[in-house]
Amino acid sequence: MKLDCKHVWEHISEYIDKTVDAKLRQDIERHLEHCEICSAILDSTRNILVLTADDRTFELPVGYSKRLHERLAKELASSGKNPVEE
Amino acid sequence: METTEAGLIARILAGEKELFHELIRPYERMVYLTLFAIVKSETDAEDGAQDAVINAFRHLASFRGEAKFSTWLTTIAINEGRKRLRKAKGAAEQSMEEQEESHEGDFTPAPLTDWREIPLEALERKELREALRVAVAELPDIYRQVFTLRDLEELNIEETAQALGINPGAVKVRLHRARMMLQKRLAPFLKTTAPGRKGFFGRAL
Repeated sequence: MKLDCKHVWEHISEYIDKTVDAKLRQDIERHLEHCEICSAILDSTRNILVLTADDRTFELPVGYSKRLHERLAKELASSGKNPVEE
Repeated sequence: METTEAGLIARILAGEKELFHELIRPYERMVYLTLFAIVKSETDAEDGAQDAVINAFRHLASFRGEAKFSTWLTTIAINEGRKRLRKAKGAAEQSMEEQEESHEGDFTPAPLTDWREIPLEALERKELREALRVAVAELPDIYRQVFTLRDLEELNIEETAQALGINPGAVKVRLHRARMMLQKRLAPFLKTTAPGRKGFFGRAL
């Protein structure tokens, strides 16, 4: 089946996640071979995901971990021997 | 000595509670980001993350291992975030759970006509990271939450669905829309990495 661009866009997210079936995957790949616009959309979306997963993009507040463990230490110290019983 | 996650949990429950520090360490980032995706304030997200971790400790015995520990913890973080949001907004406001995907709206990506493959160095640019942070923060809540769990924290579709209490189909739809909205939003930033054509007076078009 020959896919149009709009059809490819609808499946781009699933294509990236590799959750499209083999037949659709093949159709999409065939379309991408000759369609620069869809290839650019796919590449740019992938780039965004790479950037999103990069720890430097979404940083934690400075000292977050230290404060978290300090608070936790207080909680542990004030809890009984078996604090985790329901 | 048992050092797997299940082993750690068993030891903590048996009384070696100090090990909870170790158990939680790999998930600190995830807990914070989950809270931040819901409350959208750094201070509130940090306070909420602390409360969620304390809560997880207090209720560890109720973790039965049917779900992964990370999913269980994420659910606690989400509940903490929702609680804070309700408190902040008051009962009169529409609660998050009531929001649904709007059937309106344009979720098509932006075509990049002069696209060139972005060199890796371009992705290193700070402005791009900043633009992405802003774009994610401005996504409608239901889309930002799915996007955060799935693409930032890298939970799978099932885990994301379980943590948010929605079905996997809704996760896929929201994720697709979130990604397309971000692509559209960031397209201008991505485009400028291509060699610019010159317009009048030498300005890049």
